[in-house]
Amino acid sequence: MNERHTSDARWVRLVERVRSDKDQAAFGELFAHFAPRVKAFLMKSGADSSLAEECAQEVMATVWHKAQLFDPERASVATWVFTIARNRRIDALRKQRRPEPEDLTWGPEHEPDQSETIALQQESEQLGRALAALPEKQRVLIERAFFGELSHSEIAAETGLPLGTIKSRIRLALERLRQEMK
Amino acid sequence: MTSTINHHLTDDLLMSYAAGNLPEAFSLVVATHVSLCDECRARLAGFEAVGGAVLDEAPACAMEEDSFAATMRLIAQMPTETRIKAADESVKSLFPKPLRDYVGGDVDAVQWRSLGGKVRQAVLPTSADATVRLLYIPAGVAMPDHGHAGMELTMVLQGAFDDDDGHFGRGDVEVANEDLKHTPVAAPGADCICIVATDAPLKFSGLLPRIAQPFIGI
Repeated sequence: MNERHTSDARWVRLVERVRSDKDQAAFGELFAHFAPRVKAFLMKSGADSSLAEECAQEVMATVWHKAQLFDPERASVATWVFTIARNRRIDALRKQRRPEPEDLTWGPEHEPDQSETIALQQESEQLGRALAALPEKQRVLIERAFFGELSHSEIAAETGLPLGTIKSRIRLALERLRQEMK
Repeated sequence: MTSTINHHLTDDLLMSYAAGNLPEAFSLVVATHVSLCDECRARLAGFEAVGGAVLDEAPACAMEEDSFAATMRLIAQMPTETRIKAADESVKSLFPKPLRDYVGGDVDAVQWRSLGGKVRQAVLPTSADATVRLLYIPAGVAMPDHGHAGMELTMVLQGAFDDDDGHFGRGDVEVANEDLKHTPVAAPGADCICIVATDAPLKFSGLLPRIAQPFIGI
């Protein structure tokens, strides 16, 4: 629990070092944690080991190149990596295009707000703990949905997870962003 | 900009989109709506955070020995992403960016085909598991009465329509399933342009549209 608590904020700092300094050592730490999980995620989604290896490398290369688009006020690093891995899966395994919403980005001068960043990372950690604490059957169902094993008609969105708080925080971040864009 | 939207996406659509399990046609409508609706953008981010937690808790699977070096070589070959400020054209466009990507431009780039009367449609290219089209319905005109074998997701881009479920203006989405037999009527004023995704052909109740159905592909 404590390990997770320290790690989410640490991943944010590592991505910042990749973004600002092209820091290979920082990227190496992110790679050591996330690449094997992305590979496992892709294999659970039906990729064989060599395709999963190839895609995991591509996902991590995208992490490097898109580091400046990561917004720690709206997502944890794990969430951001998940979205990149998910899109790679749709492209490589389902051979479909993935329509993504129009990007909302802060201006070039924006520095992430420290307290907002910390709060969002804490929300993400709490969500992770809540997921781990769910009854096994329910947790497995959520995992299967996100591993791509359930079709839309099989997905029941009632996860039993407290999503209201993280949603409200992201909603406020979007309002601040809209203000800045005006 | 998003305060006027009254009809939102359902949780199961947002979660399926977050998990990457929706047919491409439905994903396009979800992405188009989320582009205009910060409420649904925040709800989507909540579901994506669940995906992040699932990924983070996943058991690791060892990478190949030279994996890191191979990734660094890959990075050297890839073009660098530049930070894109939300483009000014978005402010002026009728279609949000994901839709422009499929149309190949804004509303003036749509290749409309007549459906009879002044009703027009343009089917957009997606994977075959579902269909998505743009519909152009002149103000005050009714869509043919129809039911659904599967799910139908309709979002208004211009103008408005009314049906048994209420009034739908720009950005609003209507989620219809087998139970809903509806007759949307374009509201007076501006002509109505909608994006509609379906996972099964629509079933029209009137005789004429049913005969025409094989030809117009709706």
